[in-house]
Amino acid sequence: MRTIVCVKVVPKTEEIRFDQTTKTVDRSQAENEINESDRNALEVALQLKKKQGGDVILLSEGPLSIEPCLRVGIACGADDAILLGDNAFAGADTYSTSYTLAAAIRKIGNFDLILCGEESSDAGTGLVPPGIAEWLGIPQVTSITQLDIVSSTARAKRTITGGYEVVEAPLPVVASVELGCNSPRFPLFRRKKLAEFKLTVWTAVDLGVDPNKIGEKGSHIVVEDLVELPKPSRRMERITGSPEDEALQILQKTSEARDTR
Amino acid sequence: MQRATAPSEFRGIMVYLEQSNGQLAKVSLEILGKAKELAGKLATDTTGVILGCNAGKLAEEAVQFGADHVLVADSPALEHYATDAFSNVLGQLVRDQKPEILLLGATRNGGDLAGRLAVRLNTGLMAHAVEVEIQNETNLLACGVPEFGGRIVATCKCPHSRPQMATVRPGIFPLPQRNPTRHGQIEQIPVNPGEVRTKLVERSVKEGIDITQAEVVVIAGQGADTQLDGVRRLAELIGGMVGVTRPLADKELMSRDHQIGYTGCAIAPKVAIVLGASGSVYFASGIRGAKTVISVNKDAAAAINGYADFIVIDDITKVLPALVSKAEGR
Repeated sequence: MRTIVCVKVVPKTEEIRFDQTTKTVDRSQAENEINESDRNALEVALQLKKKQGGDVILLSEGPLSIEPCLRVGIACGADDAILLGDNAFAGADTYSTSYTLAAAIRKIGNFDLILCGEESSDAGTGLVPPGIAEWLGIPQVTSITQLDIVSSTARAKRTITGGYEVVEAPLPVVASVELGCNSPRFPLFRRKKLAEFKLTVWTAVDLGVDPNKIGEKGSHIVVEDLVELPKPSRRMERITGSPEDEALQILQKTSEARDTR
Repeated sequence: MQRATAPSEFRGIMVYLEQSNGQLAKVSLEILGKAKELAGKLATDTTGVILGCNAGKLAEEAVQFGADHVLVADSPALEHYATDAFSNVLGQLVRDQKPEILLLGATRNGGDLAGRLAVRLNTGLMAHAVEVEIQNETNLLACGVPEFGGRIVATCKCPHSRPQMATVRPGIFPLPQRNPTRHGQIEQIPVNPGEVRTKLVERSVKEGIDITQAEVVVIAGQGADTQLDGVRRLAELIGGMVGVTRPLADKELMSRDHQIGYTGCAIAPKVAIVLGASGSVYFASGIRGAKTVISVNKDAAAAINGYADFIVIDDITKVLPALVSKAEGR
């Protein structure tokens, strides 16, 4: 059983700065980490590996500088990591990103399960997992919270509006994992595998992809403008007193706010 | 990129109308209202598409909410959402109809479907749009899409490929007025769901949880996760609904339908009473639309206080029982 976990390395949202003059997001001061729901996806993969055996391979697109984050994934229990590191991949929308990842997944080969987080914390589209599934021509199950494999069939519980459903799909399948559905394990930096680990880096040439379908050139969507939303202006008035006084004032403010149109 | 078809061959706005258990999704109606405005600007029509089983009666409703045409794909194979069946039927329809714009709700199933279709149709897709306009000079669809938990909004376009696709976030656009005398063209279309590789083995849906409609929402954060009975009681007494922050939904103390924030629901009540939440960027994005925010938190330095109109710095375990008893006495 081979599981490929697609992970994105993202800056911590609280630590990014928006540069008003250049209208760009300044990530230089922000710490990078593996996107949170991707860590949930890795945890699903590692739990399955314990039951089923096989290997877990991390796949990520980004600059070489994200290697430390991928090493954290190895320290958590992944067996290998592949970085798609090539400037030709830069500026991609979800169409060209999913095309590139699907090409890398084919190159890895022999896969049973592709896991992704349901959305990234930066662009947050959630479109890459279904995109990968379409490029590979295999089924998808999105927003899953549980996953079991029984003889070449994936059985997944997924969240839907108002409840959940349980869906079965034949392997190989792409599944996106809901943010917060499990507690990802902590990395173990003295893992033997980590000491032996050497990052594999693939370029566009290695993948044999169509240069017109990757990166910014292969994207359908163009970003025209970025704005930072101002923090909503709030009154920030302190209410003080005994808990009873505070409670009365809260109820009073609630009634007043309800009566205004 | 090389385009197979010239954009000029594509006309009209298509809205995928999501339905479940005989009801159109509210977000789909919100989109219909917006689509009518866009169609006016482009001097074109709005076509609603319904996929379902015995869902034909919803077509009239779609017309009354603003669709000029409704195409209905009715089949037992479409009773519940399945990626293969729905993407095959809608994909073929888009190829036949060639709309210049295709809009879907940014729900879990809407994103599941749209993400797959955009690749199949070799076109661009803008996700979770919070702004949807037609640009004056170009007549292109321009969408504002949130990034970094809604802190930043990127204006995006799909200049060369068709249809220009977008999923639209629920609760952004107002529900249009229903006009019971409005007429439109309703057409049944042939259904070819193709091979469906997934199998639905269990489905459990509770009806009636729509926190985005509440006038008052009482929200429990991690500082109140042992106080949920009190939170529910308070909400009941003051006629509000209960919301939670993400960690409480993660612990399954309440369902994701109650989760407030970027990854949950964005609410716009008259009052949000926030109990014991720290106030992450992601959470704050969900209460942006609230008219008045009241926060109770024992930590004077908590970020939530910057997002509140009224701030109580005190122990939830003391203030909440007082709130319940005072509300009971009213």
